[in-house]
This record gives sequence, C-alpha cells and structure tokens, in this order.
Amino acid sequence: MTEPTIYELSSPGRTGVIFPDPDVPRAKLPENLLRKELPLPELAEVDVVRHYVNLSKYNYSVDGGFYPLGSCTMKYNPKINEDTARLPGFAFTHPLQPIETVQGNLVLMYTLQEWLKEISGFAALTLQPAAGAHGELTGVLIMRAYHKDRRDSKRVKMLIPDSAHGTNPASSAMSSMEVVQVPSDARGNVDLAALKAACDDTTVGLMLTNPNTLGLFDEHLEQVIQIVHDCGGLVYGDGANLNALLGILRPGDVGIDVMHYNLHKTFSTPHGGGGPGSGPVGVTEQLADFLPGPLVGIVEEGDDDDPPLYGFITPKKTIGRVKAFHGHFGMLVRAYTYIAMHGPDGLRQIAEYAVLNANYIKARLKGVYTVPFDRICMHEFVAEGQWTDAPGIRALDVAKRLMDYDYHPPTNYFPLIVHEALMIEPTETENKRTLDDFVEALLKIAAEAKTNPDLLHDAPHKTPFGRMDEVKAARELVLCCWLPEDYKQ
Amino acid sequence: MTYIPHSPIERDAMLAAIGVKSLEDLFKDIPAKHRFPKLDLPPALTEMEAAAELGELSTGNENVHSDLVSFLGAGAYNHYIPAAVDHILRRGEFYTAYTPYQPEISQGTLQAIFEYQSLICALTGMEVSNASHYDGATAVAEAANMAYAQFRGKRNKVVISPTVHPQYRETMRTYVQGMGLELAGDDPKANLDAGPEALESLIDENTALVIVQYPDFFGRVYDFTKLIELAHAKGALVCVAANPTALALFKAPAEMGADIVVGEGQPLGIPLSFGGPYLGFFTTRKQYIHKMAGRLVGETLDNRGQRAFVLTLTAREQHIKRERAISNICSNQGLMALAAAVYLSLLGQTGLRQVAELCYHKAHYAAEKISKVKGYSLCFDTPFFHEFSVCCPKPVTEINDHLLEHGVLGGYDLGQDYPSLKDHMLIAVTEMNTKDEIDALVDILAEVNHD
Repeated sequence: MTEPTIYELSSPGRTGVIFPDPDVPRAKLPENLLRKELPLPELAEVDVVRHYVNLSKYNYSVDGGFYPLGSCTMKYNPKINEDTARLPGFAFTHPLQPIETVQGNLVLMYTLQEWLKEISGFAALTLQPAAGAHGELTGVLIMRAYHKDRRDSKRVKMLIPDSAHGTNPASSAMSSMEVVQVPSDARGNVDLAALKAACDDTTVGLMLTNPNTLGLFDEHLEQVIQIVHDCGGLVYGDGANLNALLGILRPGDVGIDVMHYNLHKTFSTPHGGGGPGSGPVGVTEQLADFLPGPLVGIVEEGDDDDPPLYGFITPKKTIGRVKAFHGHFGMLVRAYTYIAMHGPDGLRQIAEYAVLNANYIKARLKGVYTVPFDRICMHEFVAEGQWTDAPGIRALDVAKRLMDYDYHPPTNYFPLIVHEALMIEPTETENKRTLDDFVEALLKIAAEAKTNPDLLHDAPHKTPFGRMDEVKAARELVLCCWLPEDYKQ
Repeated sequence: MTYIPHSPIERDAMLAAIGVKSLEDLFKDIPAKHRFPKLDLPPALTEMEAAAELGELSTGNENVHSDLVSFLGAGAYNHYIPAAVDHILRRGEFYTAYTPYQPEISQGTLQAIFEYQSLICALTGMEVSNASHYDGATAVAEAANMAYAQFRGKRNKVVISPTVHPQYRETMRTYVQGMGLELAGDDPKANLDAGPEALESLIDENTALVIVQYPDFFGRVYDFTKLIELAHAKGALVCVAANPTALALFKAPAEMGADIVVGEGQPLGIPLSFGGPYLGFFTTRKQYIHKMAGRLVGETLDNRGQRAFVLTLTAREQHIKRERAISNICSNQGLMALAAAVYLSLLGQTGLRQVAELCYHKAHYAAEKISKVKGYSLCFDTPFFHEFSVCCPKPVTEINDHLLEHGVLGGYDLGQDYPSLKDHMLIAVTEMNTKDEIDALVDILAEVNHD
C-alpha cells in the first residue's frame, strides 16, 4: 500500500516545469559564491500530481467524514471561502503596497476587526497573530506590558487551571513567567478556594478556558474573574472554545480582559493538516495601547463624496509586531466570508446546534460510557474509554477501533485530569443521522471491549496502515529521504 | 445562510433525548444578565451575495497580476506558481484534515511533511528540518529561543545583523522582551557598508546566537564562513536566515558552517496574499534536534511491516511538556509546507536553478540600466541576487507615486528603517519581470528626475 517518496520517484533529466529563456543578457555569476550540487528530485508534472493525489487518499478529512476531535472544532469548511481567498484582487497583492492601492484589503481587515470585537465584546483587536498559541503569546506579553507600564514589577505568576491546553503554560513560560496550577472542583469548575489562595500581589493573571476543556461552562465565572481582578491581576480568555459562545455570551461583557480567537476553529478556516491558523487577539480599553502594531484604522475621515482612507496605526505603547506583515490575510478573507454569510442569528445558531449535538451524543452514550462531571455540557464533553469489566482496554484502543467504523477518533488523553479521556466535539455541521451512526459505533465498540478485546487491541484493521512503531521512529530518527551519497558537507 | 443541517423534527427529537424543552434550556449556566446578547452585525448573506461582496472588495485593490507591474520585494516575492500547486492544495483530503496525530489515517499529510523536510534539508544542506513555523520572522525568533535553551540560559546575548529584515528584527525584539535576552547589533544607524566583519567585535563568551541574513535585506550575498568560524571559536551558534530561491544558485549555508538555517518559504509556490499565510522553514544539525521547537515527522514501520511516518520526539512539545517546552508552537503552516513540497518537486533542480538564474540576470540587467540613469546610483558594490539598493535623486515616495501613475509598483523605501538610507529604494526583480517592463521602469525613473 505504501507510496514511494518523491525522491524514489525521481529520474535524472526530468522536469515538471520549464521557464522561458532569459530575455536580457546573462550577467556574470560570482563563481566563489556558487553552490555545486542541488539535490532536488526530478519529475514530470504527471508524476508529481499522481504522487500527491495518491498521498491524499491516505488522509482522513472533514470532507470525507465525521471528525469529532475535541478542542479542535473540526466543522465543515465552506467551499466559497476557498474561492474568495483566491480572488486575484486579494491573492496577488503585496503586503508592502501603498495603502491607496489596497483599500479593498484594508476595508476587509477593518470590518473584520469590528465584527470580532462586537462578537466577543472587546474594545480593540489585532489580526496579526498566526495561530492560537501565537495569540496566547501576544496576550501574555500584553499582560506583562500592562503591569510593567504601571511599574508593578512584582507580578511574575500566571495562574493556569489544571484542565488548560498545554499552550497556556508554554506561552507563559516563553515570557519568563512562573506557572501556578489551579485545581478543578468536583463539578469541573475552577476551585474557588484554591484560586483565592493562589492570588496575591505577584499574580500577573489567570489564563482561563471557558467553556473549559471538559466542555463545561464555569458555574462561578463571574466570581472567578472578580477574585483575579481583586488582587490586581488580569484574566486571559483562551478562545479555543468560542464556538460554544457565539451569540450566547460575549467574554468581554463578563470581565475577560484579553482573549485570542481561533479563526481556524470557530470561523471555519480550514485546518490544513496542521495549519495555517489565525489567532486574532481582542482586549479591553485599558489594554488597547499595548496591542502589537500595526492595526488597521481610518487614517483620513471620509465625507459625502469620498469614502474614508484606511491605513495602518501603531498603538502608543505597543509590545511590537509578533510576525512580519499583517497576519494571515488569506485566513481573514475566509473568516470574513463566513461571518458575512451567518449574520447575528446564524452565529447564535452555530453555538446552539454545536451544543445540541454534543449533549445529544452525551445523552445517548450515558450508561455505557462513564461521563465524569455529568452536567449539561457545551460544545464538547469528555467520556472515559475504560470499563472495569474490560480490563486492559484503554481509550487508545477505543480510538483506534473507531477508525474501522470509518470515523476519526475523538481527542484522547486530554484533558489530563480525566483518566482515559475521550474528548468528543461534534460541531454544528453534523446531522442527526451522522451522530446516530457514530453513537451506534461507539456502543458496539463498548460491547466488543468486553466480548472480543483483541479486536480493539489490534485495531485498526480496515485502514490502509496499522498501528505504528513509535519507539523505532524516535530511536532511529530518520527524518529525511535518502540524499545522494556524494552530497556531503 | 448557515451550514447547519438539522430539520426542526430532528432538532426536537434530539432535545427530547437530552431531556430539555428548547435550545435555550441548554444555556442555563450562562450568567442571565449577559445571556444571548444582541450582536450588531449586518444581516446574513446568501452564498451568491457573499461572492459578490467579496468580489467587490477584491476589486478595491490594485493587484500585481493584472493591474500593476511589480518591482517590490523586501521579504515577499512575486514568483510564478505552476498550476498544479494549487490543484493539490485544493484537495479536501489535505486542507480539511487536522494535525496528523492519528498516523493510521493521516499518512498523506505525514509523508508530505516528511518530503517537505527532506526538500528543505536538500536546499539548505542541513540535517534536520521541522514541519514549519509561521513565517520567516517567527522562525528567526524561534532560533533565539532554541539557542537560549541549548545553553540552558547561561548565555544571554543574541547578536543580530542590522541587515536582517527590519520586521524580523522587530519580531525578535517582541519575543525577547519576555525572555530576558540581550540583543546586540540591532542598530539601523550602523555602517551598512561594513559586511559581516562588523559583527565580529560583538560576539563574546556570553553570546548564544549570531543571526545574519542571506542574501541580506539589501539583496547582498556574503560568504559567512569566516564569521561562523569566529562565532564557533567563542562557543556561539550561528543562524542564517536564507532566501530559498537564492539557495538554488548560491552556496548552501551548511557549507559555511551554519548551525541553524531558517527563512521565509513564501517564494516556494505561495501567493503574495497581502502578507500571509506564508511559511517559516527551520533547519538545524542533528545534534541540536532536542532543542528544536515544532513538529517533526520521522520514518517507521506499522504493525503490518509497511514503511510509514509518524510525528516523533513529541515529548519536546507543549502538549506534553507544558511550561517546560522549548516553545508554545502548536499550529504550524502545514498546508503551506505542502505547497513548498509540490513546488520544489515540480521544479526540481533544473527548474529552481532556472528561476534563480532568471532572477539574477534580470536584476543585474535592471541594476546596470538604472545605474546609468542620471541621478541614480547603486549603493553597494557587493554581489547581489535579485534585489538591490538604489540611491535616488528624489524622495522614494515621490518616485513611487509617479511610477504608480504608470502602473508600476516601485521598490521599498529604505529610509523608513535606515536613517542613512534616506532616498534609497530597494528594487526586486524576479522571473515575472520582462525586459520590456524593466526598460519601462528605467524610462520612468529617468523621467522623474527630469520633472
């Protein structure tokens, strides 16, 4: 079943593309600076296309089936988004063109900034961060700059609940902050007593994912925020789970100070096999001056005859830019298209139906799969992939067996606070029949776990590839195709 | 218009199964006074209306495909992208998949990344490549992060050449403010004529990393072998931020002894798209692999004995190591890495060298012609690739306004970043520029000086 690598398909003398001969005289090349070998493969266009089409067939994708991967929001990616992002007027603009020649791009970015602010209740927003984790780093640096600006130099501790994504502590550590873990209580909320005990005048703030990674909305959200604010700290909202809140609650309204959005989760820009994402960051008025620059703003007011002129504005106390140019513009076009098509009512329906779907699966699995923290959940929930009467079966086995039923498995082993976690996020774009079939598969697997455990241990059986030898990969570290022997530095 | 498929009957059946009466009942945990805010957003559009609105917005730009002839580069380059690249990217199997955490059903993405890693290693001459960073700027910042980790915080200084892209240096400053690293050499007022030797005196026993750009921001090509030897003698690592097209022609940074080679992969089949999404490539030597951030794909076997690929050394990453991870990176530029892999496979060694040579010859033709126009001269006499700095007789914005009236997108105004380069323009020429376009540029530049 294996497809040869692009190097194995190479044949000397072939090329997939040729370019015109130079229409100018050839200039002298600086001999002492030239390279001798360029070990790239040689293929015809048809070889390349077939190779990558063959590879694509080995992938599971949202276009191909149900992908209930918790915390990743694998919703359907509308096709129109792919077309709008590729319009030549967008795709062929250079990031450093004079602003007068890119008013279309700037209007789009300005409008998207306004829309995202409105959706989550923030005063100011940057579109620059490239992904969720990049947005977190941006947000953490903003929090740091805010305290520093107030000459409050003692604040070095970032509080992070034990259910948080790994990026939260990693982003804090990148800004040299000390990470303090806050436990969850018996209902899956932040433990208020522990939070109070952790808060003092060295607290930078709290990084809160709400709904949290158990899919639960914190029942004491306002108290949690108040406790952190009372000690002078700021509250960072991890917007990874914003899909559950569209038109339901604006995080800015309840006191979240800074939050990143994942356009690749909530606003349907595709995940691309790992990226690119896009992680805009919204902040309250008091943090607006610290945003990375430049932002898009109106640089000349319009009048009855002329529209305003849009351009770039750098916030007064900016932390500086977090990447080159203006963010993942192509992703911004997709998200704009998506929001424009949904409008306020459509956005609320996204959250409503995402929550409906998650609760429906949860209700149907109840009794067969253990669901810790049994409350109405938001857009996702966590079940346990283990049974006392099926010794030796783990969440991993359930996940792998699901592939035989042609589903992408849920996220497993996260969050870390649930044993043998299976984190299921169906999203709003799946219909009842898909969910019913998925539930049937999970129920069958639960039965198989007891009657035929080897079927799970050895799964998957029907996929083109079986379980991997990960130890071999890490021990041998073959990270590169074969390169010509004589290509040695 | 939404993408929600439920019929009212199905919805009601699902609500009944959950045991609630209405959708509203699912949201009782939300603080009542903030629940269901009215969002002030325009009403929903149908797909047909959205297509029209976005089409209209896109025509509010002048683009380098049909409206303008571009001589603008400065970190983003207008290259020809073969049609097959986007046809592969448009396969839903690739673009609607997630990170390949389940290797049994993600071999397409995994093998493509493995090939991307191989192709980038071939270009740079390095031993290992990760699966990508966000862009060239963040790849440079992550190099500092890696060097800091390599010395376990015992070396706190990073020397960065002022001829590294100004936005990369700014990004680096942003990252460093939280890391407690000292930056040296980041001075746009420095003597820009000096070449890499100028950095030598800044490198000391506290230096973790030296960062240079190849070709540098002004398009100049230097051999960094001597600088790298000196840095190694002081125990420091060296990072070269390279243009991947230039690497088809010029010595691989590995040959000069570089420890880390990073860069902006946009020239490899990725559209300009107003600055993103692009591709940060990141390579190093095998000995430093455990300190390199980002995802990494390795070869292995599955339990049926088939060659296969998996994400490996994941214990370095944030989802496992949390606050002890080298970097917080999670999402990368997977689809853009695929674009680069397809582009490099299509062009191969012949095609990529052809592109690089076309860029070189056309840029040199343009430089020579421009240098002969009264009032204009080349700033530097160092060998260059496809970009060069021109000293102009008038402010660059004035010249660019004039060029724009003739449908020409002029070069980058270097005075915005370098005080000593007031009235200096950075001109980029690629395979996309014809001789006629270059001749027209030269004529208009001459005309500006006469006005």
